[in-house]
Amino acid sequence: MADIPLVSPQPGIDRLARLRRSLFPTPLSGLVSLAGIALALWIGWALLQWVVVQAVFTGSAEDCRAASGACWAVVTARWRLMFFGLYPYEEHWRSALACFVLVATIVLSCLPVFWTALRIAVLWVASAALFLLLMRGGLFGLSLVGEEKWGGLTLSIFIFAGTALFGMPLAIALALLRRSTLPLVSKLAGGFIDTVRSLPLVTILFTVAVLLPILAPGLSGTKLMRVIFGMAIFFAAYQAEILRSGIQSLPVGQEEAAKALGLGYWQRMRKVILPQAFRRALPPTVSQFAISFKEVSLVIIIGIFDFLASGNAAYGSGEWAFAYVEVYVFMAFVNFIFVFSLSRYGAYLERRMRVGK
Amino acid sequence: MLPTRKRKAFLIQTVLGLLLLIGGALLIRAILQSLEGQGISSGFGFLHRSTGWDVGFSLIEYTINDPYWKVILVGVLNTLFLGSIGLVLATVLGVLIGVLRTSANPVMAFLGTCYIEAIRNVPLILQAFFWYAVFTHLPPPKVAAEAGGIIILSSRGIFVPGLNVVPGAGLLAGGLLLAGLVLALILALWPGRNLRARELLPLMSRGALLGGIGLAVAVLLLARTPGETFLQFAELKGLNFRGGIRVSPEFAALLTAMSLYGGAFLGEIIRAGFMSVSRGQIEAAQALGLGGWQVFSRVRLPLALRAVLPTLTNQYVWLLKATTLGIAVGFSDFFLVISTAINQSGQTLELILILMGGFLIINNLLAAIMNFINRRIALRGSQLRI
Repeated sequence: MADIPLVSPQPGIDRLARLRRSLFPTPLSGLVSLAGIALALWIGWALLQWVVVQAVFTGSAEDCRAASGACWAVVTARWRLMFFGLYPYEEHWRSALACFVLVATIVLSCLPVFWTALRIAVLWVASAALFLLLMRGGLFGLSLVGEEKWGGLTLSIFIFAGTALFGMPLAIALALLRRSTLPLVSKLAGGFIDTVRSLPLVTILFTVAVLLPILAPGLSGTKLMRVIFGMAIFFAAYQAEILRSGIQSLPVGQEEAAKALGLGYWQRMRKVILPQAFRRALPPTVSQFAISFKEVSLVIIIGIFDFLASGNAAYGSGEWAFAYVEVYVFMAFVNFIFVFSLSRYGAYLERRMRVGK
Repeated sequence: MLPTRKRKAFLIQTVLGLLLLIGGALLIRAILQSLEGQGISSGFGFLHRSTGWDVGFSLIEYTINDPYWKVILVGVLNTLFLGSIGLVLATVLGVLIGVLRTSANPVMAFLGTCYIEAIRNVPLILQAFFWYAVFTHLPPPKVAAEAGGIIILSSRGIFVPGLNVVPGAGLLAGGLLLAGLVLALILALWPGRNLRARELLPLMSRGALLGGIGLAVAVLLLARTPGETFLQFAELKGLNFRGGIRVSPEFAALLTAMSLYGGAFLGEIIRAGFMSVSRGQIEAAQALGLGGWQVFSRVRLPLALRAVLPTLTNQYVWLLKATTLGIAVGFSDFFLVISTAINQSGQTLELILILMGGFLIINNLLAAIMNFINRRIALRGSQLRI
């Protein structure tokens, strides 16, 4: 072999040549590239004009009508409603802080330091308690704010966190039950999981929120608790299957070796099987969380005043009725930040684990 | 298993089974008692009572004097109607996005990525609300947005061209078309026992497809209203539009949201399918002298579809379940009809059972069809490693 230079002498020219090769390999492909670039530039320019240049950021509805761009003034005017719902105005700082606690908990859970059963459980239970203290009050001189006044983004994130908090243990239980050697137990768990998975979430929410109080008035908590319960069941059914596939992807030798060492069932599960299964199931688990976050928006259907509902209310009142596009774009953007970062994190985990193999 | 273990397992299961039976019986008794307390008699007799309320959208003729079973049928048909159109549109869009994302051209791949990331990270219900708001804020008829006079977007609704035929003929023609398609699919995938059958089945399949189309066209031509043009466009008459088919904003919003959202997810799935087709296959096809379109339609697409069919099945079932968002915008799908019926009749338990049973049947049917197709077209033997 003749000596091929490993490093190009002029990286700038090389990059340019590579760009030209990839964009204009043939005349036809070059034409397509040009058309695509033109389209992207045109969309980008139009968006820039609408979102920034021509937009109105503060002011009244009249200012907005005069301008041709987006009316972000509606967000500036109504952001408190969208974030905090009907929470008392003077106590908004509590709702904001409570929301921050939950978001911080979610972010902390992504750090490998917390990836032991004990630490993650302590973290979540502690932050849930802190959230309830801040949000509900009634202690340490904080005034009592009832659940019916909670709303907005804080409530949406609380429902998501509650779903994760109750759904995850339930998912572990369901996955283990489905793998039980007792046929009746595994059949029942399997039947339950498959039934829940084949039903739309809306019907489950409707059943727990609207019908449970009618059917069994005795045994139903507050509406919010029932909604979280329904969401958790739905999440658990899907997550249980993810965990089960994680468990089944482990070599049989792992369990057999643990048995040979004389470990009992719970020891085997706790020390050998579940930690490894969780590691393997981590990327799909993160994407299940992302899906679950999006599904929280469905609670509007059963009359929970969540982020989406408060957004509808933000433009619903006469004055800002024309600014519905801006409100929805803003809400989509907030959702996008959460879901996109979760899915990027999942992709990062997947890459990282592939390197480890 | 050791005898003691066997006995223990038997004991646990017996106790568990008994406990569940007793618990279930107690729960049902409690529910029945509480319903009785509210003056609601249980049983399915109410299905024959007339409803007394109307639905927003129906494919079959429906009046407020019709019984409950008919309104439920209306809901199921609406769900299937919305679901099937949505699935087709989402699939077309998904293939397009999948092709864009796997395109060698980086600009095209970038545009595809932008679309997917923008759409799939936003909840479907938010998108449905957005489109509903857009479709209910359209300009008045005088200044309606038009696409070449074919599609008209106005505050009076969205109008698309219709056919000048006797009412009901369209439904019949659609049914014939669908029957022909299904029969053709079954015949094409039916396992042929011997050579003769394997030669005949594709021909019969093609015959069924063409027969379905022919019959549908014949029905439409026979049923056309004499003296008027066959194709009928919506026209502005005074303050409203006449002719054509009016698409309600509820239906349009749900369909748009479902197709765009489903397209993004299906695009990702189909992209994964295209990626799984090895370069060797494409190079071999090129070496045999196949052109670009032939390589795509004869090699890349069939192999990709085979690879992703199981994942596609799950996504289809998911999309079909997403039609329940009808309740958010007020489209009379299966779920909205059931929940209205619960409000009106109070037959909670029975209607919930019908709802759950209906979804179980619809979803399992769809999954069974997809799995049947999957089994029939799956690659076998030495071809398995592509």
